[in-house]
Amino acid sequence: MSNGSAALHQVQVVNEQASFSCQSGLSLLVGMERQHVGASMTRYIPAGCRGGGCGVCRVRILSGTYTSKKMSIKHVTPEEREQGVALACRVFPEGNMCIEVLERSEA
Amino acid sequence: MAISSKGVMRPGHVQLRVLDMDEAVEHYRDRMGLIEVQTDASGRVYLKGYTEFDKFSIVLREADEAGLDFMGFKVESPEVLSGLRQDLIDYGCNVEDIPAGELDGCGARVRFDSPTGHFFELYAEKEQTGKWGIPNLNPDAWPEGLKGMQATRFDHCLLFGRDIDATSDIFINVLGFRRSEQAMDGDERIASFLSCSTKEHDIAFIKHEHDGRLHHVSFWLDTWEHVLRAADIISMHDISLDFGPSRHGLTHGATIYFFDPSGNRNEVFCQGDYYYPDHPVITWTADQLGKAVFYHSRELNERFLTVTT
Repeated sequence: MSNGSAALHQVQVVNEQASFSCQSGLSLLVGMERQHVGASMTRYIPAGCRGGGCGVCRVRILSGTYTSKKMSIKHVTPEEREQGVALACRVFPEGNMCIEVLERSEA
Repeated sequence: MAISSKGVMRPGHVQLRVLDMDEAVEHYRDRMGLIEVQTDASGRVYLKGYTEFDKFSIVLREADEAGLDFMGFKVESPEVLSGLRQDLIDYGCNVEDIPAGELDGCGARVRFDSPTGHFFELYAEKEQTGKWGIPNLNPDAWPEGLKGMQATRFDHCLLFGRDIDATSDIFINVLGFRRSEQAMDGDERIASFLSCSTKEHDIAFIKHEHDGRLHHVSFWLDTWEHVLRAADIISMHDISLDFGPSRHGLTHGATIYFFDPSGNRNEVFCQGDYYYPDHPVITWTADQLGKAVFYHSRELNERFLTVTT
């Protein structure tokens, strides 16, 4: 699955003034958790269930192409999706991206 | 005779909401080793632990959000069921009658709500299909062909909500459960562990700001070696890990926590304390909460305490 030569996408986290590398094929959240050795150990996005169900890893996508998987409607409504709100564990970058970390949903 | 003085025997089933059914079935069947029993007319998938006699204990329903639809308990007889039904009504619960067959192979269910927003059910009858791969006559020790973690049976749920005392009181006062363990922050009860058997808990509640939440669905494994194997399987298949393998202070179960593909938390565990109705309540204090939950690391883990579905 993952190997030393997998593509790396750069993800800029604007409200943290920081960025991390996300290995192709991983979600934003898991990619952040598994940054390659030598990168900062800082975690910008809180990690919850990693499956789209708990709503902890809410972000707003500002730019970049990606695919996404189903995420709990309780934590991201269709209207919010249209405004770029997503759960980082369900977003799979296809190129460099720019995101903003949001508060976890109060749902 | 059930240890519960009112005839409740054991946790019998849960219905879980999953975001993707195919991914969920692969997780519960191939990773956890539950036996896939049936897909019903409405698309719900039924599974069971291989040592369970009843037809199913886990029901998966595809939905737009994760979480728990309801948790059901099996009672000794239809007479007990109708008696408890009236007791719940008299106590003030909203009771709904679910007809036999709504879950295929399950008899009539009495569903009731609770102050913490959870829905519970009681039922007396369910088709008994027998242990998987093991007959009732001169049975061998275990069946060959089990997959993954080889979860033996559905054991309990831990639920989160605000007024856990009020929901616990229904189980204690109406359904005959008894409190085995608790965690206290001064005079405030923050964890409530209840038993209707000799298990240290058949259902548990922890105080949380949101109602109606599922913390985890738990399955029994026989040994620590099985728990370690489960930890290996979690890594082999990149399953989302929460915590463990380790031990709890509360109940002293040896455990590992992980998430299903929709984010519902699962536990597999072994060992732990036992309960009889004459046992005093075991108490953990808030200043020892780290050790109460995480006996080895003795530090509170934010994800474990705040992430629910």
